[in-house]
Amino acid sequence: MSDVLIEVDQVSKRYCRDLKRSLWYGMQDVVGEFSGLSTSSRELRPKEFWAVDDISFQLRRGECLGLIGPNGAGKSTLLKMLNGLIKPDDGSIRVRGRVGALIELGAGFHPVLTGRENIYVNGSILGMSKQEIDLKFEEIIDFAEIGDAIDAPVQNYSSGMRVRLGFAIASALQPDVLIVDEVLAVGDAGFRTKCNNRMAELLEGTAVIFVSHSMPQVSRLAGRTIVLKDGSCEFDGNTAKAINQYYSLFDDDERGRRGTGQARITAFECFRHDQIPATTFQYAESMTIRLRIESNQDIDSLVVDVYFGTVSGERVAECNNFVVPTRLKIAAKQPSVVEIRIPQLTLNPGVYRMGALLMCPDMNAHYDWLPTVEKITVEGGRPATTGQQFSADWRMLNEDVDIKALKEH
Amino acid sequence: MNPDMISSDSQVASTKTNEPEAKAPGSDSLPEVVYSADSSLRNPIHLVRAMFKDLLASRELAWRLFVRDLSAQYRLSYFGYLWAFLPPLATMAVWVFLRSQGIVDVGETPVVYPVYVLTGVLLWEGFSTALNSPLQVVRDAAAMLTKINFPREALLLAGFGQVLFNTLVRLVLLAGVFLWFQVSLPWTAILAPIGILSTLALGFTLGLLLVPVGALYQDVSRGVLMLTTFWFFLTPVVYPPPTAWPGTLLARVNPISPLLLTTRDALTTGDLSRWSDFAIVSGFSLAFLFVAWVSYRLALPHLIARMSS
Repeated sequence: MSDVLIEVDQVSKRYCRDLKRSLWYGMQDVVGEFSGLSTSSRELRPKEFWAVDDISFQLRRGECLGLIGPNGAGKSTLLKMLNGLIKPDDGSIRVRGRVGALIELGAGFHPVLTGRENIYVNGSILGMSKQEIDLKFEEIIDFAEIGDAIDAPVQNYSSGMRVRLGFAIASALQPDVLIVDEVLAVGDAGFRTKCNNRMAELLEGTAVIFVSHSMPQVSRLAGRTIVLKDGSCEFDGNTAKAINQYYSLFDDDERGRRGTGQARITAFECFRHDQIPATTFQYAESMTIRLRIESNQDIDSLVVDVYFGTVSGERVAECNNFVVPTRLKIAAKQPSVVEIRIPQLTLNPGVYRMGALLMCPDMNAHYDWLPTVEKITVEGGRPATTGQQFSADWRMLNEDVDIKALKEH
Repeated sequence: MNPDMISSDSQVASTKTNEPEAKAPGSDSLPEVVYSADSSLRNPIHLVRAMFKDLLASRELAWRLFVRDLSAQYRLSYFGYLWAFLPPLATMAVWVFLRSQGIVDVGETPVVYPVYVLTGVLLWEGFSTALNSPLQVVRDAAAMLTKINFPREALLLAGFGQVLFNTLVRLVLLAGVFLWFQVSLPWTAILAPIGILSTLALGFTLGLLLVPVGALYQDVSRGVLMLTTFWFFLTPVVYPPPTAWPGTLLARVNPISPLLLTTRDALTTGDLSRWSDFAIVSGFSLAFLFVAWVSYRLALPHLIARMSS
C-alpha cells in the first residue's frame, strides 16, 4: 500500500468579505449541517468568492510540499481545512496519522502562568499526553534557551522568547503529517538556524505542507510546490519553476515614477551580446544597458544608478557611475544615450526587477526614479538563496596549506 | 491547470463523514480522517462513536485547561480566592437588609431568612454561570479554535469543571452560615449533590444550545444577560414560592424553580414534595444535554470559519 498520508480531492471553500452577510451565511451553514442534507455546493451566494477553488493533490510520507502565493491567495484557508478546523464546501480531504501543526506558536499560553506551567497547557492542547510532556520537558526547555525565565510569567516574556518556547513545544511533537504556516521566520538569527535544523529533522518520515513567503526557505525545504492565486492552483510541480511562476504573478505591479523631472529617462533597453534586445539572460552572460536621458538644463555631473532587486523588493546589485567613478555630463535640451556594460551578469537564476535613478552628485535630489523600468529573468543552474553568485574558481588544495585556524568554542 | 499537476487517483471515499473511520483489518494502522462538505449527521454511528472517543481523549486537556484557568483566575488579585465568597455574601446582605427594613416583604420563610436567601442565591448563581459558561469558553478559546485541532469537548469539560468548582467552594460559605444560625441539616441533605448537579446541568444545557447562534451573533449573550435579570426575580430565589394563582404558575412553568426549590428544601426543611417536577426537569435537561452536545459539534466548524483568526 502506498504511503499517501494526505489526499486532497477537488476541495473548495467559499468566503464572504461582508461581515453581516458572512454571519448570516454562517447561520445557514449551521442549519444545513443540522438538517443532515448534503451541503456540498459549487454555488456562490451573493458577495461570496472562492477562497480555495478546486484544489487537488496527494502527499506521501517523506515528501514536503511548498505552498506559495500572494497574500489572500487561500493558503491559510487550505491549511485550516487540512487541519480539520473548518469544513470544505466541496470535495474531500483524507488525512492519515497524527497531525501536527506549527501554526500559532504558543496558542493557549496564559499570560499569568509561568513558562513551565504553560508548557503543560500548550503541549496538552497540541495533543501530547502528560507522560509525553514529562519525557520531553528538559528537551523543550533546552531548545527554547530561555534560561531562568522558564519560571517567570509568560506575560513578562519578550515576543521572541514566547515564540521560542512555542516553537520548542510544538516541534517536540512527532507527527505523521506536519502543517507549517510561516512560523520559521521567528526569533533571532541563531534561533532561526536552530528552527531550520529542527525542521529538517522533522521532514524525515513526515508528510509536510509548508506555507512561506520566504522563497529561499521554500526552495531549500520543498521538493514540490503549489502556487495559489485567488484560491486556485496556478502551478503544481518543480519548486524552482513554481518560484518563478510566483514571481511572475507580481509582473503588473505599479510602476510609480517619482522625481523632480529636471532630467528624465526617455528610453531604456537591455541587450545580450551587445546587440540583441533581451529580457532573458543566461547566468554569467554579458549584459548591455542603454538609456536615453533628456534634460531641460545643463547637468555638469549626473549620477545614474541602475539597480537589480528581487520581486519582493530587496535590492541585490547595482551599477552606479558615481561609485566607479565615471563622469557623465549632460547638455540641456539635447538627448544623450548612456551605455552600461556588465561583462558577467552573475545574478543567481530568478526573476529580477530593474530600477533606474537619475540624481545630482550629492544624491539628495532625484531627477527621475523608475522603480520598475524593466523585468529580467536569469536562467541556468540550481535555484540559490542569495541575489548574487560570484563566478568563482573552485579547486582542491593539499591539506598542508597554511591558513588561520578557527577558535573552537 | 498545469500539466505538472499530479492528478489524484480514483480512490473515492466510500463513506464521507467528518469523523474518523474504522479501518479495514489488514490495512495500515494509522487513524484516518475524512473531511468533506457533507453533514456528519449522515453517518450517526460514526458521529456518536467519534463524540465519545473525543470525550475520552479530552479528559487530560480539560483538566489542564481547568487548572490553567483556576490558577490564573485569582493570581492578579490581592484578595485571591476571597472573591469567590464576597458576591453571594453581598447579595445575601442586601436582601436581609431590605427585608429587615420592611422595604420588601417576602413573607415567612421555612428557615431563617439569611440561610434561605443564601442557599437560593448560591444555587441561582450556579445556574446562571452554567448558563453563560459554554458561550464564554468558546469565545475565550477563539484563538485556539481557529488555529489548532484539539478535542473540542475539552473546552466544555473545563468550563463545566469551573462552574462546578465555584459552586462547591461556595458551599463552604453556606456551611459557615448554617453553623452561625445553628440550622441543622435534615437527612435529605445527602440528596443535595444530585440537586446541585441538576441545577448546573440545566444551565449548562441551555447555554450549550445557544452556542451555534451565540458564537455568531452577540445578540444572544446580550439577550441572555437581560433575561437572567428578569428570570432571577421570576424565580423563588429570595422569596418563598407563591401559594396563590397566578403566582403558582411561576413555580410550575419556570424550569429552574423545581430544581432550585427541591435542592434548597433538601438542604433545609427536608421537604421533597416537589420531587416529580424535579425528576421531569432533570430528565429533560439530560436528554437535551446530548442534543446540545451534538449541535455544538456540528456547528463548530462553521462557527470557526466565521471567527476572526
